[in-house]
Amino acid sequence: MAAEARQIVMAGADERDLTKLAEYEAIGGYQALQKARGMTPAAIIDELNASELRGRGGAFFPTGRKWSFVPKPDQNPNPHYLVVNADESEPGSFKDNEIMARVPHRFIEGCLITAYAVDSKNVFVYIRGEYTGPYEVLVGALEELHGRADLRGEVTIVLHRGAGAYICGEETALLESLEGERGQPRTKPPFPAIAGLYASPTVVNNVETMATVPPIITMGGAEYAKLGVPDSRGTRLVSLSGHIVNGGNYEVENGISMRDLIYGLGGGIPEGRRLKCVIPGGSSTAILRYDEIDVGYDFNSLLRLDTAMGSAGVIVLDERCCMVQLGIRVNEFYEHESCGKCTPCREGTRWMSQILRRLEAGDADQHELDLLLDVCDRINGKCLCPLGETAAIAVASYVAKFREEFQAHIDEDGCPFGDSSPLHGVLAPVAQHTHHPTATVPA
Amino acid sequence: MRNFYEEVQEIKARYPDWRSATLPALRLAQEKHGFLSPNALRECAEALGTTPAFCESVASFYDMFHLRPVGRHLVEVCTNVSCALNGAQQVLEGFERELGVRAGETTEDGEVTLRTIECLGGCGWATIVAIDERYRTHVKPDDVSAIVEELRGGG
Repeated sequence: MAAEARQIVMAGADERDLTKLAEYEAIGGYQALQKARGMTPAAIIDELNASELRGRGGAFFPTGRKWSFVPKPDQNPNPHYLVVNADESEPGSFKDNEIMARVPHRFIEGCLITAYAVDSKNVFVYIRGEYTGPYEVLVGALEELHGRADLRGEVTIVLHRGAGAYICGEETALLESLEGERGQPRTKPPFPAIAGLYASPTVVNNVETMATVPPIITMGGAEYAKLGVPDSRGTRLVSLSGHIVNGGNYEVENGISMRDLIYGLGGGIPEGRRLKCVIPGGSSTAILRYDEIDVGYDFNSLLRLDTAMGSAGVIVLDERCCMVQLGIRVNEFYEHESCGKCTPCREGTRWMSQILRRLEAGDADQHELDLLLDVCDRINGKCLCPLGETAAIAVASYVAKFREEFQAHIDEDGCPFGDSSPLHGVLAPVAQHTHHPTATVPA
Repeated sequence: MRNFYEEVQEIKARYPDWRSATLPALRLAQEKHGFLSPNALRECAEALGTTPAFCESVASFYDMFHLRPVGRHLVEVCTNVSCALNGAQQVLEGFERELGVRAGETTEDGEVTLRTIECLGGCGWATIVAIDERYRTHVKPDDVSAIVEELRGGG
């Protein structure tokens, strides 16, 4: 598939200021909501199933099926809740930021349709605390909607701001945080559809998923499913960043060639440098080497290469980058963001950082490379949520794909790249010197 | 201006359970006091109907809540991968030089706190620097002195 933009979620946003209700209505906005309210909830879910839409947060769960899990009132008398995960924090991913900032009404319309389909009167949008800009756009959009009972119906939408914690993007940690607690994941089952917010049936969906619902209702599920490739229907907002000429978000059909994405829409690598590797779906995903990018950008194609589309954050790295330094920087993020609940993640990510730093400094012995992989193995599959696991998968993939480079750090007693690598000496928050005037230890 | 207690009661009313008001109340208390001092936490607890210890236990989990004093302005430089690949460390060092503090510190006059921060979700527009929680995009080391001047002069 050639590299070209195909706008479904972002449709109209280049031509008009869709943050304004009147502008959005001028291009047919909120008509999908009217259409949906003329359908039964079951018919809406059928339409979603026909569209084969899968969750855009990164877990790819079929959206229609998720909605169908919500128990009927006679099975569970508790109110139903719709919670929108707008806690976008995956390094490399910034699509929800742009969706909320530029097509807030399409997003809200999706929320209202979903609320109707799952019989919910309360929508909570958990938006990451740092997103001041998108938050203010949503506040403005909801104020405009306030005077429009015909659109709002009996549904209330509450914007709930996070306070800086990557883990709150994990749905059960998000629910804990929304309930006013520390954002630590819960054990599953029960899944949120059965016992989520306030132990009531809860649907948790991503921002992009919500913004995709109105076009699906408008065009019909079967029509939407004609876009994309099997198991990855429709379009996806792909975030391009790193060593790329045209960084930004691009809405494309699923299945586009990754080479076209990087060299076509992205404009290639700056200053004519050579590609070294690509992180395909946010920093939680396994890396692809420069010779592995002739692949479709979709769920199945990336799965075949033992990696994932994740939240569609593509980070491009050029030939100057040291993979040990990348391992340090990526792993220190997870070390910082580990919620501390599960020992393998809390301690394992710290061990990984220490071994990687010894490798970079040239202090590591031969066995420590295997020790690093062993630590990764002891995190994988042993925690309540995927946070530690993704750190382990990412770092293990750097070793697997660039083993000779890790070996060179041992053989040459240090980093062959040194400060010529752009990732040299980057100060991560976890390693930040903190100023605690009251905590000075007396001599 | 509405008083803090009343404002928290309004927030509580938005949710089926008062506990959900904890994060918004902490944010409000921090805006009022500059940081979550023991007094701020006490006031927050009183308005929520809980203990200061509960408030502190929640606040200590989140990066955006400050349990120690911070400057009147907050400069946060993203040093995650995409920003780092585009020179975030040089931007950070620029701020360190201009402000005369290291990352994690506050200037002696209490005006500006500088720190690094994890991915702010603007990777394609690197380097992202949040100034008082508002994003500046495409920040280069050359832009630093103008930003600092703006903070020093603009009040």
